[in-house]
Amino acid sequence: MPHKIVDIKDVVIRFSGDSGDGMQLTGALFTDAAALLGNEFSTFPDFPAEIRAPQDTIAGVSGFQIHIGSGDVHTPGDLCDVLVAMNPAALRANACRTKPTATIIVDSDAFEEKRIARAGFTTGDPVKELKLEDRTVIYAPVTSLTKESLKDSGLDAKAVVRSKNMFALGICFYLFNRPLQTTFNYFERKFAKRPELIAANKKVLQDGFNYAGNIQAIQNTYNVKPAKYAKGTYRNINGNQATAWGFIAASEKSGRPLFCGSYPITPATSILEELAARKDLGVKTLQCEDEIAGICTAIGAAFAGNLAITTTSGPGLSLKSEALGLAVITELPLVVVDVQRSGPSTGIPTKTEQTDLWQALYGRNGECPMMIMAPHSPSHCFDAAFWAAKLAMEHMMPVMLLSEGFIGNGSEPWRIPQMKDYPAIVPPLVAGDDAPYFPFRRDEKRLARRWALPGMPGLMHRIGGLEKDNDGHVSSDPLVHERMVRERAAKVARVAEFIPPLKVIGEQEGDVLLVGWGGTFGHLYSALKELQPGKKRVGLAHFDYIHPLPKNTANVFKKFKTILVCELNNGQFASYLRNQHQEFCYHQYNKVQGQPFMVAEIVDAVMKVKN
Amino acid sequence: MKYTPQDFKSDQEVKWCPGCGDYPILAAVQRAFPEICETLGYTKERFVFVSGIGCASRFPYYMDTYGFHGIHGRAAAIATGVKVANPTLTVWQISGDGDALAIGGNHFIHAIRRNIDINILLHNNQIYGLTKGQYSPTSKLGKVTKTSPFGTVEHPFNPGELVLGARGTFFARSLDVDMKLTSEIMLASARHDGTAVTEILQNCVIFNDGTHAGITGKAVREERTIVLRHGEPMIFGINRDKGLILDGLQLKVVRIGEKGITEKDILVHNAQETNPGIHMMLVNMQAPDYPVALGVIRAVSDKTYDDNVRDQVLAVQATATIKNVDDLLHSGTTWEN
Repeated sequence: MPHKIVDIKDVVIRFSGDSGDGMQLTGALFTDAAALLGNEFSTFPDFPAEIRAPQDTIAGVSGFQIHIGSGDVHTPGDLCDVLVAMNPAALRANACRTKPTATIIVDSDAFEEKRIARAGFTTGDPVKELKLEDRTVIYAPVTSLTKESLKDSGLDAKAVVRSKNMFALGICFYLFNRPLQTTFNYFERKFAKRPELIAANKKVLQDGFNYAGNIQAIQNTYNVKPAKYAKGTYRNINGNQATAWGFIAASEKSGRPLFCGSYPITPATSILEELAARKDLGVKTLQCEDEIAGICTAIGAAFAGNLAITTTSGPGLSLKSEALGLAVITELPLVVVDVQRSGPSTGIPTKTEQTDLWQALYGRNGECPMMIMAPHSPSHCFDAAFWAAKLAMEHMMPVMLLSEGFIGNGSEPWRIPQMKDYPAIVPPLVAGDDAPYFPFRRDEKRLARRWALPGMPGLMHRIGGLEKDNDGHVSSDPLVHERMVRERAAKVARVAEFIPPLKVIGEQEGDVLLVGWGGTFGHLYSALKELQPGKKRVGLAHFDYIHPLPKNTANVFKKFKTILVCELNNGQFASYLRNQHQEFCYHQYNKVQGQPFMVAEIVDAVMKVKN
Repeated sequence: MKYTPQDFKSDQEVKWCPGCGDYPILAAVQRAFPEICETLGYTKERFVFVSGIGCASRFPYYMDTYGFHGIHGRAAAIATGVKVANPTLTVWQISGDGDALAIGGNHFIHAIRRNIDINILLHNNQIYGLTKGQYSPTSKLGKVTKTSPFGTVEHPFNPGELVLGARGTFFARSLDVDMKLTSEIMLASARHDGTAVTEILQNCVIFNDGTHAGITGKAVREERTIVLRHGEPMIFGINRDKGLILDGLQLKVVRIGEKGITEKDILVHNAQETNPGIHMMLVNMQAPDYPVALGVIRAVSDKTYDDNVRDQVLAVQATATIKNVDDLLHSGTTWEN
């Protein structure tokens, strides 16, 4: 019976299995294929902290969710249309993430009595126990078919079993009418020196594809048409890579060499890894002995005239607090990236959250305000890093960039920009013949001090953690101290003159203003789209700039009856807004589960608002 | 350009206690720098002094060079950042025993392990001065201080041992009162490529007065210390009649002219020996059995961290296809829409 091809606008697929089953790679390869077919996509790698947790346990389940569509894809999707579950634990962990209409593909070989029990099932029938009978469940003996496929490959038994993820990928490619060539190309690049692995992986992928075509269980396959993109060259990019590249771009535009002092920490590490790979562009990275050395080497590098950055996540930011104060009082340019994760303390290290905002705003001794920015999507990390570096250098101050695990690891298509379209970065460097030099005298426009680089004759000066007067002399004069405290705060506040105004998407005035910041943008935007047009007139104001707030914030707020601040914490931004703009009443929608929002939750929260 | 010590004095008033050992150290450094500049062809704008927190850490304010007064314990990390960011700078770190070995112990050993090309002056007065008299990680076992009213119950670090343990390439020791020796060591430190640590036994006149008097006192110094110079025999004593020999696996003090010992039997100091065995014995020598070793005890050549960083960048760039950010953004898989 020839199968029917059904056109669909979008689909959400979740690959899940043991943390050693290669689900992240499977998801990434499906993403690459979708990208080259011109689909919009958004990905959500959702994995445990353990590298190889005990096999077949819930704790060891690793997932990769991808949402592809021919338009309007702004999140990885709430619930999935297709779930691939490589073992009973994966099925159990992800059953609640499937739509009632979902198709579930399981590796039936993994559903042995013992392994079913290890996943915590009390009966021998997981599908029934999870009440999934309404879903279309395809029982495919993936492991044994992979073994059969590779019996003549010459690979050892372990390598053969490891290839089963490619068999599952083949099934999915059939289900969504994807060509295999993109993935074949990947094998050829990846295993250039191991021809036997190229052949084996191609064969398993093809056999999985063919198997799906031969079984009766699949009656329809689906086609997701290419999206209507603006003309241009595109690539896939994740947030951490975009962050790293944004800094390199700022280095090129400013002519200041890029230095990153850092210590590995989930989920920020891949920024350091990406920068370490960029020796071709002269990037210097120093993997330090600890988080404190990460920021202190960066402060030293800033003093010496580099574009200095340090990258971390919440617990690491706590360790850097004292040095942040040093960067504030020495008024050196520095960008600190905090890719937020679930806390407090070690928390749930691989899961996303927005719970470091108060730490970023207030977590230092003394009067110590810092500029704070937040990227709102994986590709926006590029621009956010670029602007953080530009503002840090031109205003001579540290800037905190609050990214999140969700956008740091998540990826989406990105129209590649051209560097000629980016503005120049002009730090206030002191020319050599400018002597005498007074380190803390300021320009009127930005209130920034000037940057005199060691090595230049005539500009010898000494700065540090002790309070100084504008001429750079140590001072404990009460009035000098108070003046310097106010000048440093005024300098940060002055940045509001240099950042774009807050934009409202959707209704410009009306019943409910959705307010968000950082990585929740995609979910809030999707919710807005679902709510429009509707009974309630809804707008969305999403903040990329947290401190200082855009100048028009109050003007935006006053046009709506209700302000609903949605964030992945207990209300940190709402509390900050209450402090900054006390004239408004703020409603909150909060989630602190280490998971991103679901669009449906936001829609529901808006519907519940009583105007 | 010819400098005088005056050229290295800043316009800031020096605020250490009268009689503090930091004064002669500052004077010795200011005296050494004109010679360093002349010998190595440096101009003074290339110098950056970096410090942490403590009495000694006020040092950068008193030098008319670039200076950075950091936070407690982090001087080595800040100095490392300065040097990697601009390897043409000559970086000097000033830390006390608390700053370098307690709160900053981690950065201290890792800077040494990396062999980053910085000079570290470790002012060791075996006490916390700026917080007014608590024991430090170099205070002698049993030392009575405000936080150890019944004596400490912890063993002190020997900084030299720590440097060698961290695979250090340069270690020297001097006395605050011996400005000539300190200046001589400063030049050797400046010449050395890699992390050069100089421990200076320093007196805290207020909270630990006389802690080093047993070896620094004029009357005893010649007998209780030995100044080591590369290629010279290890001879000491007011009459230059004592020396060190290797007796089995131990150093031993002998008297020249007794028991058939002649100058030829005395060990010749080899600071450039890569095996740290003898150097470890020398840094560990203590009264009353041994003289305390001063001078450059170890100075071995090895590639520096900053050189390796630079070489790696140059090597990668020589064959790189990505030359700018536009190239980078278009690298890997892309597609047209």
